[in-house]
Amino acid sequence: MTFERVRAVAADVLGVPPERVDERSAPADFENWDSILQLNLVLALEQEFDVQFEPEEMERMTNVGQIAALLDEKLGS
Amino acid sequence: MESTRLRTEADELIAAGEATTAARRLAELLRADAGSAAASFVVSRYERLRGQLPLVPYRVALLRSFTVEPLLPLLRAACFTAGIDLNVHVGDFNAYAQEMLDPDSTLYRFAPDAVILAVQTRDLAPDLWHDFARLDTDARRAIAARVVENFQDWTSAFLRHGRAHLVLHTLEAPATPCLGLLDNAGDTPGQAGTLRLINDELRRLASASNSIHLLEYDALVARHGRTRWHDERKWLAARLPLAAHSLPHLVAEWMRFLRPLTGRVAKAVAVDLDNTLWGGVVGEDGLHGLKLGAEYPGAAYLEVQRALLDLKARGLLLCLCSKNNGAEAVEAVETHPAMLLRMKDFAAARVNWNDKAESLRELAAELKIGLDAVAFVDDNPVEREHVRAQLPEVHVVELPADPFDFARALREEAVFERLTLSDEDRARTSYYEAERERTALQGRTTTREDFLRSLAQEAEVAPVTDATLARAAQLTQKTNQFNLTTRRYTERQLADLVARSDWHACTLRLRDRFGDNGIVGLALARRAAAVWELDSFLLSCRVIGRTVETALLAHLVETARAAGATRLLGRYLPTRKNIPARDFYAAHGFALVSEQEDDESGGGSLWSLDLTRQTVECPAWIRLVATEQEGV
Repeated sequence: MTFERVRAVAADVLGVPPERVDERSAPADFENWDSILQLNLVLALEQEFDVQFEPEEMERMTNVGQIAALLDEKLGS
Repeated sequence: MESTRLRTEADELIAAGEATTAARRLAELLRADAGSAAASFVVSRYERLRGQLPLVPYRVALLRSFTVEPLLPLLRAACFTAGIDLNVHVGDFNAYAQEMLDPDSTLYRFAPDAVILAVQTRDLAPDLWHDFARLDTDARRAIAARVVENFQDWTSAFLRHGRAHLVLHTLEAPATPCLGLLDNAGDTPGQAGTLRLINDELRRLASASNSIHLLEYDALVARHGRTRWHDERKWLAARLPLAAHSLPHLVAEWMRFLRPLTGRVAKAVAVDLDNTLWGGVVGEDGLHGLKLGAEYPGAAYLEVQRALLDLKARGLLLCLCSKNNGAEAVEAVETHPAMLLRMKDFAAARVNWNDKAESLRELAAELKIGLDAVAFVDDNPVEREHVRAQLPEVHVVELPADPFDFARALREEAVFERLTLSDEDRARTSYYEAERERTALQGRTTTREDFLRSLAQEAEVAPVTDATLARAAQLTQKTNQFNLTTRRYTERQLADLVARSDWHACTLRLRDRFGDNGIVGLALARRAAAVWELDSFLLSCRVIGRTVETALLAHLVETARAAGATRLLGRYLPTRKNIPARDFYAAHGFALVSEQEDDESGGGSLWSLDLTRQTVECPAWIRLVATEQEGV
């Protein structure tokens, strides 16, 4: 469930259909996934899940699966 | 999920080539989800639609001392749904001073229409922000003076080097002043007080220029909660001081400027009655059963009425658009003791059982404005959705569910914002009242000419002066129908033209037996030896059909001839809306010189009047008065 929501947000921010995003999707897979897009993604996720990420957590967000795992951890589910 | 459905539908509509309906779905998505992800989706889809939608191009430069990039998708999406095709330039970090001072900077090369100067207190005056408690009074004063001086230097350079508008963020005060309670105790200003003094000076800068506008950043932060606005970790990690949930609020605030700057504003607001202007349904609860007054729960509706009266004072026309028995509802408006709004406050009304889309169409026609200048306020989401579907041009205000939030929604609505206010704006509703009397007169007179004679019109033509410049610029920006060239000018651009010796600019004020219509006409002509060319020629929609254009043209012909001109040229540049002006030249004896098939080239048709052999007479029923100075 968390992964599906993260995937939807990532697809919006990347400007691609959700099918193009999977758990292993990472910055290297998308030409436009630079540091600004990463920040946009972080902020969009904070809005979507009503959380605030620590800088250490932001460093752990290396692919979509990691992000979903991190959110599960944060939300305690 | 609702937002998933809207995304899918938007994509299907785009694939089917249904651009307008697709745009509506995208706007709906943005209303349902104000977040950055939805905004990014909307932007990516609008990119595919931009060629198929009537969007106004607009160039905005963002000068900043912090990371603004994450605001851009939200800003682009908000602009797209407002009908603005936005082109953004973002200045380098803390390069704003050089950019404004250097006439060859990337800022001026970008040729922006508007510039937003978004600079934080802690970047601009770090000593006032961090070290205030350790500074002595002289040092505090000196730093404040330096900050004000900097702003003066930057803005005066800005006004010299370009023609753009400037939106200036005020300086923010810290949530917890360095001095604690002592911040307000001394006989010299504390930290918050010092920043307020600087902001007062910025306000003075803005009021001294028509192109500088103040964005009350400190008030914006306060409104949304000073302790919740920021995210200190993002500031340190990414130079972004705003928390994720604050981003849409700042963009909404920018839109309150961009709407009036681009002319994407409403001229009239059509409101429902039951459960909007009062609580309850008059047809069921009766006059005495309505919830309206100073107590709970009627006070919510009183606040709505106050907000609407404030909009009226801002020059918006109020109209009623209600499904009710006409007589019963009008009686409630006129006699309920707590009503602040009475029938005289409404420029027009449709209180009947007709479809509201039909009523809105009639209201726009009666007020002689386009549907895109109408905003619709109704508590009923079904009516709102119906109007959105039937009349996509109408701006439907999204009211929250709680009536106690209605007034705030009206007050925050960007389509009601104005950056300047003319005398004509303030008196607008009375013009329409007189217009109703004119219509009644027209019903009593038998021929068109009798009607025009009985109006006893007096047209006062005067050169554009400082006092009338704002109104003249406003006319170029807002007039769509009787406008031969639809060239838009800001006050500053117009001031430049008026000052030139080879330009002639005059306004027309119209009075008649029902009162003063204010300044309703403008003619701009450029002189080149014996040939004068009309650059702009327009009439407010209020006075179309009263032959006033002939009076204005007669004056211009007379003036041109007196100055030795032998020919008057004029162009007609067709738009979707200026059909009422199409036959103007032919009707006044101009000969067609050339015609461009492709109106994209801006060519339109070119017309010529031979002043040595032809003339234009002012109609016998209009008294033409030419003055050197606009009378009051």
